Amino acid sequence: MTKAQHIDWLLSLADDALILGQRLSEWCGHAPALEEDIALSNIALDLIGQSRALLSHAGRLEGAGRDEDRLAFFRSDREYRNLLLVELPNGHFGDTIARQFFYDQFALIRYTHLAQQTFDSEVAAIATKALKEVRYHAAHSAEWMIRLGDGTELSKARIQESVDRLWPFTGECFQEHTILDAAIASGAMPDRSRAQNTWNESVGAVLNQATLTKPEGSWKQSGGRDGLHTEHLSYMLAEMQVLPRLHPEAKW
Amino acid sequence: MDENERGMEPYLCGESFHAMDLNQRFEDYIAADQKIEAKDWMPDEYRKTLIRQISQHAHSEIIGMLPEGNWITRAPSLKRKAILLAKVQDEAGHGLYLYSAAETLGANRDDLMDALIDGRAKYSSIFNYPTLSWADMGAIGWLVDGAAIMNQVPLCKCSYGPYARAMVRVCKEESFHQRQGFQIMLNLSEGTDEQRAMAQDSLNRWWWPSLMMFGPNDESSTHNEQSMRWKIKRFSNDELRQRFVDMTIPQVELLGLTVPDQDLKWNESTGHYEMGPIEWQEFFDVIAGNGPCNKERIAARKKAHRDGDWVREAASAYAQKMNAKATSNQTHAA
Ligand SMILES: [Fe+2]
Ligand SMILES: [Fe+2]
Ligand SMILES: [Fe+2]
Repeated sequence: MTKAQHIDWLLSLADDALILGQRLSEWCGHAPALEEDIALSNIALDLIGQSRALLSHAGRLEGAGRDEDRLAFFRSDREYRNLLLVELPNGHFGDTIARQFFYDQFALIRYTHLAQQTFDSEVAAIATKALKEVRYHAAHSAEWMIRLGDGTELSKARIQESVDRLWPFTGECFQEHTILDAAIASGAMPDRSRAQNTWNESVGAVLNQATLTKPEGSWKQSGGRDGLHTEHLSYMLAEMQVLPRLHPEAKW
Repeated sequence: MDENERGMEPYLCGESFHAMDLNQRFEDYIAADQKIEAKDWMPDEYRKTLIRQISQHAHSEIIGMLPEGNWITRAPSLKRKAILLAKVQDEAGHGLYLYSAAETLGANRDDLMDALIDGRAKYSSIFNYPTLSWADMGAIGWLVDGAAIMNQVPLCKCSYGPYARAMVRVCKEESFHQRQGFQIMLNLSEGTDEQRAMAQDSLNRWWWPSLMMFGPNDESSTHNEQSMRWKIKRFSNDELRQRFVDMTIPQVELLGLTVPDQDLKWNESTGHYEMGPIEWQEFFDVIAGNGPCNKERIAARKKAHRDGDWVREAASAYAQKMNAKATSNQTHAA
């Protein structure tokens, strides 16, 4: 992996966490129950923490003086490397949970590998901590998938709809991509087809327990890793970045 | 403490007690600085007053999440975002402890929540003001959480055990919030001209509403005397307000900012700051529902609750199914 690829790879990891954390933080104060305000904020906090560590690492490796905030607040949507899945609007609670469930299952596989790889020891340390957090996130989202799937008629219909709607965005997790291919070749990322099989199995098992139907389609939405996003990301960044961009001189 | 060692037990199993004795023993018990626990006898009025006070406090925590939640997605650095998110999350936790404390008195969280979203319940009026800039995250933490601490620290020693214990946890976290809020103000006051102006503007807008958080002047305040005797209120509104001003003015000076009170002056002989008159009309207007954000706050709470109906219903339907399964498994096993 070249240095540029290495940095891009780190940004892809950091951006997934940051963008999903930012989305989840929108729930704070608006969740279906106080317990979920707390749980969703907690998950958002973990994700933001992961992104900070990864961004700082990317900035140091780059050596151009960009710190976590410079990278978070002064990159445009075309420079963001996150999955499209994580930037999608929150929708209703079921949409948020389904999005989280698909991502958590992916993050679990990815961080398990990242914690063990020897290509980048700093990432291994970050991943070891993150893995503990992601295990809790994955348990939380899987439990909700099951509750909503096997709850009432209404909740089952709603969460099935969320699953169906989000499904096309899950393929991007395992899509071929120059930078990720280089990371796989260096041993930094898990083998693609093995990771995808594991994901399919664990997602299938939870959907099954939730009495939900796993969608069949293999049609994929992608582009996030290359900075080609949905229409939503630019709005999200406009909101997130407004203050540092308005006061570029200021320290906070 | 063992259930039997609890001081309240004797007057429940005395031989010839009647209501007068119970009341007297209750008053004596509180006068002796003993804690009342959930299962102890208490006068209806004590129970009602506490439920009202605790649930209003719980509602304030929950509504208070909204004005600060308004800036989480726009926090200007990732560190500030994390701190603010954690703070607002703490407030949700405070709401939870306090609803639980109210439940020990026989209230029900769902009913309390309904009262809040139907507009029947009160909460701290300060949260009916809008958060217009990032500096408001500083001013709220510093002044609003600061005022809340002034009000709440004495409640850590209030006569009702579950409330007192909840307040101990809450106050620890509130003092973090207060420090973090002050940090934001300090950071802004040492920053660019625009940042300083932002901090001053925010202090201008939050100063008087913060002073109003202590409630009306002592002369015009109701239910004070009984609550003081019952030790569920321990200092008067004016005493607490004075303490707050005395504590805060040196901090304002440290920030190099000024409070929007031309009459404010140090009184050498009393050792206290004197403040100008408070616009009580504004206070009563906001309480009456005419503050800038009353309708929005309740509407946001109501929307969250209504949008969550199907989720909570699903969770309880699922829990029921699982219980039924567990019961039938037990029957089969037997
Ligand atoms: Fe609080
Ligand atoms: Fe409070
Ligand atoms: Fe607080």
